Amino acid sequence: MADKTSKKPLDRRDFIRKSLHAVAGLTAGGLAGILFSKSSSEEMVWQLDPNICIQCEKCSVNCVLPQSAVKCVHSYSMCGYCDLCSGYLQPGTKVRDTGAESQLCPSGAIKRTFVEDPYFEYTIDEKLCVGCGKCVKGCNSFGNGSLYLQARHDRCLNCNQCSIARRCPSQAWKRVPASRPYILKGDEKKRIF
Amino acid sequence: MRYKARQSILFIVALLFLFPLLSLCQVPQRVPKPDFQTDYIQPDLLTPTPRATAFEYMDIVVLVVALFLATYFAHKQRSRRNIFLLMVFSLAYFGFYRNGCVCPIGAIQNVTYALFNPAYAIPVFVVIFFVLPLVLALFYGRTFCAAVCPLGMIQDAVVLKPTKVPGWLANVLSVLPYIYLGLAVLFAATGAGFIICQYDPFIGFFRFGADFNMVIFGMSMLLLGTVVARPYCRFLCPYGVLLNWMSRLSKRHVGITPDECNNCRLCEESCPFGAIKKPDEAALPANREAEVKKLAFILVLLPIVVFGSGWVGSRLEIPLSRLHATVSLAEEILLENSGQRTELTDKTKAFRASGKPTEELYAEASAIQHEFKVGGWILGGFIGLILCLKLINLFMRRRQLEYDVDKGTCLSCGRCFAYCPYEQVRLGIITPKEAEEMVSKEVRIKQFRA
Repeated sequence: MADKTSKKPLDRRDFIRKSLHAVAGLTAGGLAGILFSKSSSEEMVWQLDPNICIQCEKCSVNCVLPQSAVKCVHSYSMCGYCDLCSGYLQPGTKVRDTGAESQLCPSGAIKRTFVEDPYFEYTIDEKLCVGCGKCVKGCNSFGNGSLYLQARHDRCLNCNQCSIARRCPSQAWKRVPASRPYILKGDEKKRIF
Repeated sequence: MRYKARQSILFIVALLFLFPLLSLCQVPQRVPKPDFQTDYIQPDLLTPTPRATAFEYMDIVVLVVALFLATYFAHKQRSRRNIFLLMVFSLAYFGFYRNGCVCPIGAIQNVTYALFNPAYAIPVFVVIFFVLPLVLALFYGRTFCAAVCPLGMIQDAVVLKPTKVPGWLANVLSVLPYIYLGLAVLFAATGAGFIICQYDPFIGFFRFGADFNMVIFGMSMLLLGTVVARPYCRFLCPYGVLLNWMSRLSKRHVGITPDECNNCRLCEESCPFGAIKKPDEAALPANREAEVKKLAFILVLLPIVVFGSGWVGSRLEIPLSRLHATVSLAEEILLENSGQRTELTDKTKAFRASGKPTEELYAEASAIQHEFKVGGWILGGFIGLILCLKLINLFMRRRQLEYDVDKGTCLSCGRCFAYCPYEQVRLGIITPKEAEEMVSKEVRIKQFRA
């Protein structure tokens, strides 16, 4: 009603439009302000906590990548360098050798090399590793637990909703800051490239 | 002396108590660390870093430039060809190079999650990805949809023979994005997961890998997209809802004609998305009183519908909350503890191994269930409100005298431009005289039909 008397004729519809425009702008701006106050300049990436992981083997099949971004990693500082390695050898195997039938790893991704009597070094070939965690389970049951699973960030696409995380039965996956993208076991000397 | 003796006894007792505690602090090592005699050097563990944050800022720069170009091509140049070229670039960059993450559609959930979970620090670039297209739509319409969104682009590329979706069906289907948006916000707020990302039909194409079901869903969406143009954008996209709201209020929006509309009807069938409003003189309210009565009726109905659908939403508390990992775990534990199920699952085994008290889990689960109840009320009420607004929109026809775009649903793709004779004059393809002839011919045909 007041519009009619004002000098500038402002259509009622126009007035509603303009005020709604302002309200929408303020809402978007306000929301952005609130979000910026809660934000961090750092990205969040997905990682699994090896202390919660139960090696259910879901990591190996649920990644969106044809080959899972989850790989086994080896904490050398925790490893006992055992000859009878429960992460490398099939349980109940008679001979301790590098034969395929005596290996626990389904893809032969663990390399066993002699260091000195009676110690053997175990290294993971990530190209072959499928992230099933069979060796992790083996190492956890009789060894020091030096083998564990981690999402490797040179492979991980960092999907907004990790497709492994939502199927993880132990809820071991979480978002971690990109500057500390691994949850490492043992006092690991780590090298970053 | 006696005092000193007592002190030392206390000391020894304290040590006795402390020793077992000390051993607890150490990491249990079943096999001792070897003492190497040779000069063996322990290898380092390689920890490759994620994609550097600097790249995220490059994404923002690309987004800003792409949004600017899309707006420039649509508003200034009015060039469908350039929009198409930009669209190909966006599909390549945001889709296949960046693998589709993070997109503004999915960012809805990050934003909600950040608002409801103080522990989650949302990355700055996600906020920018979410806000920029919205703010732009508030001024220039949905140019983001025209040439920047990779999900839109992959569908736009397969629009071969678009057919018209009947009005009633389009009206019914246009409620779906609101439901999807509401559910996505509810699930993100309660921490149950990001369903928009989970059920993104096209992300599998960008990554060259997805679930079998999602591949089927994506394929059928693309197949459907050959006859129904951009089905995801129109009938599912939750970000489209926000863009629609913003675009309706936009200051400037692309129009079909660069000049004045002459109602020649040449553009009538040009929009594959059904976003062109036709002049409709019959829609003018013949009986104003009857119209006002209708409006009053809907307004009286509104609180009832909102409350009713809110109640329905709150009844969905149980089935919806089951999709939350903690609630479903609590239910399984309850089943096992009450003896109704004997076999343990991976989930329950993991929980029992963690040593967390069952009561704590139950408390958490019922808290989440309560959140779903409150959220269900809000979600239901929201959908009820949207239904009422849609009804009002259906009954309350606006005075429409010429062909124009529907600002809310127009994607600014620029397909209709070339159909307008005045646009062809602007481009110098035909002379103004020829345009007048075309227009009068069309008008004559129209009169003949009438």
